[in-house]
Amino acid sequence: MSVVPGTYGGNRPDWPGRLFIVEGIDGSGKSTQLTLLSQWLRSEGYPVVFSEWNSSPIVRETTRHGKKKKLLTPLTFSLIHATDFHDRVEREIIPFLKGGAIVLADRYVYTAFARDVARGVDPRWVRSLYRFAVVPTRAFYFRTPLEVALKRILSGRPKLKHYEAGMDLNLHADVQQSYRMFQARILQEYEHIVDEYELTVMDATRAIETQQRLLRKAIKPHLVGLRREFEEEVRRG
Amino acid sequence: MAEEVLSRRFESYGEGVPGLDPTDLTGWLIVVEGTDGVGRTTHVDHLRSVLEREGYAVAETGLTRSDLAAEGIKLAKEGNTLGSNAYNLFYATDFADRLERQILPALRAGFVMLTDRYTYSLIARAIVRGADPDWIKSVYSFALKPDAVYYLRIQVPELVPRVIMNGGFDYWESGMDLPMGQDLFDSFVNYQTRVIEELDTLAREYAFETLDATRPVEETAHDLAERVLDLLRKKAHTDEAGSSGG
Repeated sequence: MSVVPGTYGGNRPDWPGRLFIVEGIDGSGKSTQLTLLSQWLRSEGYPVVFSEWNSSPIVRETTRHGKKKKLLTPLTFSLIHATDFHDRVEREIIPFLKGGAIVLADRYVYTAFARDVARGVDPRWVRSLYRFAVVPTRAFYFRTPLEVALKRILSGRPKLKHYEAGMDLNLHADVQQSYRMFQARILQEYEHIVDEYELTVMDATRAIETQQRLLRKAIKPHLVGLRREFEEEVRRG
Repeated sequence: MAEEVLSRRFESYGEGVPGLDPTDLTGWLIVVEGTDGVGRTTHVDHLRSVLEREGYAVAETGLTRSDLAAEGIKLAKEGNTLGSNAYNLFYATDFADRLERQILPALRAGFVMLTDRYTYSLIARAIVRGADPDWIKSVYSFALKPDAVYYLRIQVPELVPRVIMNGGFDYWESGMDLPMGQDLFDSFVNYQTRVIEELDTLAREYAFETLDATRPVEETAHDLAERVLDLLRKKAHTDEAGSSGG
């Protein structure tokens, strides 16, 4: 599917850095993969920066307040996360991309596209909201069957939060059941997004080290021409 | 017939608030627009007392009065620490919260909702600060179209003495975050000139009713109240004519 004009997808500035992002539902193992990737890139001498959702201190307070008091609706949930995202992009991602760093982002605009649309927000509207987000050098989607991801999450972390479980949508009175139904919706949205924005699909059911090997292999061609901190030593070694 | 008239009363600019059923919104949404310092608050207060005297139930809202984001915006402004797109979206969050939790309930209850600035001022300010006009308009496309927008129009030379009498030039109202001049005064003049230009453009685009706000306050207040009462009476007639006809 082609990208609709006037929505996210057109902003590809010619900056020296690289932006790699990982996406997937909770329990897909994407964060583990990103951490391993970052360790490798650092050991290779590349300047690496990590960026996460909910990282802007001022907006974080408002989000926390909204979640605690259950003030957030699908619309305001979407907008407050977009506020945080734009602040993060303007202050934490763009300057580093201009400075030639590798920026690694755990979740990006696609999380909002999947999660907000699963909440009933209009797909075109949310894509327009993120229109000026920089398009990543490459985005990886860690595809996980719903049951696998649920098992990973529900076995390790029994206390699910209100919005995390999609309790605001009144899908089910039971938190775990609501969480399952909400994750299923998100998964469905991700599958559209993968085609729409040509995300690179990773099979997240494979062994962690196999996934990491494939991830590094996929990243490598994008590193050509990037400045390293200690290139000479690496070569001699 | 009457129900049809009512159900078509409110629509949104775009897709609208997720899950909203506009058919049960029976109130009136009245917007007072105008730049900083033009005297909107005075006029809204006066309008409220006139409408209540006539028997209308009135509710009010204005920028940064949301439960969700008011405090956060205040903190962000004190530290001037947000990126510019993030600022625009923080205001949009505040607006959305007020739309859903103040404006819609009042309209459902049949109130006259007086709104001291709506999306238009926010759009104008964002554009002056460099936002893409199509983008910021699409962000606010979930907003309801008001019954009427009354635009209190003034020019910078008439605005300056009012602002001085009311406490001087505010940092943000002078666009000092940009800034647009050597000092507070220069920046105020340049910034407000641009904001008023954008409001004028929006006034044409969204068919505001423009009022000359350079007149004495009482005269403008009287004019505004007459126009609003006229609108409310007309709408009432439409409803009553509809119910007797159907």
